Amino acid sequence: MTESRVLPTNYVTKPEDLKTSSGRTLRTDEMIINMGPQHPSTHGVLRLEIVVDGEIIVDVIPHIGYLHRCFEKHAEHMTNYQQVIPYVDRMDYVSSMNNDLGYALAVERMLKIEVPERVEYIRVIMAELQRIASHLIAVGTFGIDSGAFTPFLYAFRDREFILDLFEMTCGARLLYNYVWVGGVSHDLPPTFIDKAKEFCKYFKPRLVDFNNLLTFNEIFVKRNAKVGVLPREVAINYACSGPMLRASGVDWDLRRDDPYSVYHKLEWDVVVGKGEVGTAGDCWDRHIVRMREMEQSVRIIEQALDAIPEGNVQAAIPKRIRPDHSEVYVRTETPRGELGFYVVSDGTASPYRVKARAPAFVNLSVLPEISRGAMLADLVLIVGSVDIVLGEVDR
Amino acid sequence: MNPTLESLIITVLLSALPLVFILVYALVTLYLEMKVAAHIQDRVAYMRTGWHGVLQPFADILKLLQKEDTIPAAADRFLFILAPYIVFVGTYAAFAIIPFTDAYIGSNIHLGVFFLIGVSSLVVIGILMGGWASNNKWSIFGAIRSAAQMISYEIPTALAVLIVVMITGSLNLQEITKFQDGGIQNWILFGGPLPLLTKLLLLPFTLLTFLILFTASLAEVNRTPFDLPEAESELVQGFNTEYSGMRFAMFYLAEYANMFVVSAVAVALFLGGWSSPFGEFMSGPVWGAFWLIGKAMVFIFLQIWIRWTLPRLRVDQLMYTSWKVLMPFLFVCLFAVGLILVLTV
Repeated sequence: MTESRVLPTNYVTKPEDLKTSSGRTLRTDEMIINMGPQHPSTHGVLRLEIVVDGEIIVDVIPHIGYLHRCFEKHAEHMTNYQQVIPYVDRMDYVSSMNNDLGYALAVERMLKIEVPERVEYIRVIMAELQRIASHLIAVGTFGIDSGAFTPFLYAFRDREFILDLFEMTCGARLLYNYVWVGGVSHDLPPTFIDKAKEFCKYFKPRLVDFNNLLTFNEIFVKRNAKVGVLPREVAINYACSGPMLRASGVDWDLRRDDPYSVYHKLEWDVVVGKGEVGTAGDCWDRHIVRMREMEQSVRIIEQALDAIPEGNVQAAIPKRIRPDHSEVYVRTETPRGELGFYVVSDGTASPYRVKARAPAFVNLSVLPEISRGAMLADLVLIVGSVDIVLGEVDR
Repeated sequence: MNPTLESLIITVLLSALPLVFILVYALVTLYLEMKVAAHIQDRVAYMRTGWHGVLQPFADILKLLQKEDTIPAAADRFLFILAPYIVFVGTYAAFAIIPFTDAYIGSNIHLGVFFLIGVSSLVVIGILMGGWASNNKWSIFGAIRSAAQMISYEIPTALAVLIVVMITGSLNLQEITKFQDGGIQNWILFGGPLPLLTKLLLLPFTLLTFLILFTASLAEVNRTPFDLPEAESELVQGFNTEYSGMRFAMFYLAEYANMFVVSAVAVALFLGGWSSPFGEFMSGPVWGAFWLIGKAMVFIFLQIWIRWTLPRLRVDQLMYTSWKVLMPFLFVCLFAVGLILVLTV
């Protein structure tokens, strides 16, 4: 733990090291400044209480809860397990498909039902498209955090194509309510597969462009290398997950290590941060892991589009879902990390308890640990590289 | 009419001329900035207010004019109100020594460039004042960053100017421009109208000096990648966070005017100012204004291009760039140019 406190201060002289001739340090009073909830780069309504010494951060205290919408309590009051899905959509609103998938899998495991193979493939395609869309927002806003506005709009331009695909499938562009317990709400439209293939073909060169424009930009690398280093042990101790964890060099991806759906049938690699330009686990690593994960997602989508079988899109499930007295914890890999649903049933039609383990919330908790000693401008980058969605942090 | 009064009126009118220019130029550049940014970013920007949105800058200014003018309760009212005007005055004063054509220069003083370096420091005071008076921690951060940045980058600018002064032997921008008159081959960027050997020897150093001057001028006008004082993602809006309405517009106007000043000065120092690149062809007082403004606009376009392409540096990297990269190179240039001039001319 002490490891992380010796932070990338190689570019600053610590105030306590500067002494006057009479032996007094030049350390001055610290200042507390308030960042957010209306600050432009807190990615939503996060409030950070920052203790700074000049431009150097002494401590950061995140204050959350501005977007708390009682998801868990609402879920208990639904008269049907299916009715929870729209609420799940609104947790991490930039990756609704992945949330839906996690919840649907949990209830299906509780009911012990198998879904048709076509459904599995559709779900994987949707989840990976959503992962690309979500990562595009993450890397785009990260560009804004580092002062480059243009990559953000490129990212949003490309995300638009994915949203179009979602729209033609289920009519919605942000909150889909698409993955249902036992299947999906609609079958794929006839032109979907061609359009999706077209998107994959279009998107691959765009990723190269994006890397050339932002990722390998000299200034960008200088800004992000060795900043906000999250060491491997700290990442594991804080239970970080997703790109956060992988950037720190931990080879862990639930899609491979706790397989669900048909991920085990497809060929893809888990991307791990190696500290190419700085230290493993710095902001740049978190960025490049997301960039490369998008490449892998495209690979998965292409294979899934070729392998998708014909068939039903809804398994035979009882009209009113009444699982037996049981409890289940199912975890899936969302763009932000391990999203776990702990669902308890008391045998009635409404869930007794739905607890969500939100990856963004857990990842955010490591923020003070990795920002101490950084500069104020770095904090913005660190927050950006954690890629929080406050809807999920607060639920 | 009383001859003193007459000359006074003429002086006032002439000194108001750049103001008219700034207002027109600001409208054009506002439009240009938005349109260039949009096309860089694969969008179209405003299209509805007039043909391709040409009236949008007017609409923007109209909106700023009628906005409620708020002063934070905890602000230092006097300084808060004064700050934008000081920033603008600092910028406007610099227009006095820009030779628009061989016939018009606000004030043909011999210490032209020296005056410029002096008055542009006023801008720092205004920014510091605005940030301090706002009584907002983010504003103070922005203001202090800005002060540190502008002071650090004034030194490379001054050194770069000094190199030109060594070549031309004058501090007067009008004289410096006249020195380069007669075509593209006479520009100081390419060694100036000196004997061929001197020219060739000077060429690498003048090119390098120009690049450094351009970089430093980006920092002086707080443009990307040196836009730390108003770094949106970090400091909200930096020193002008608390400003709204016309006062905000003054800061904005000063920033745009400052962009023109640094571009025009760079053009006058290195690219022949108002002189035509084709020698006698297309030269004259009116063409002179065209050339100066045209060349300056090219650099403004460059600034916009850079702004919408590059990320931002961090404070320590900014200082590093100024003191440890630009300055040593400039000292090398300064020494080399001096040596070449002594040995060959």
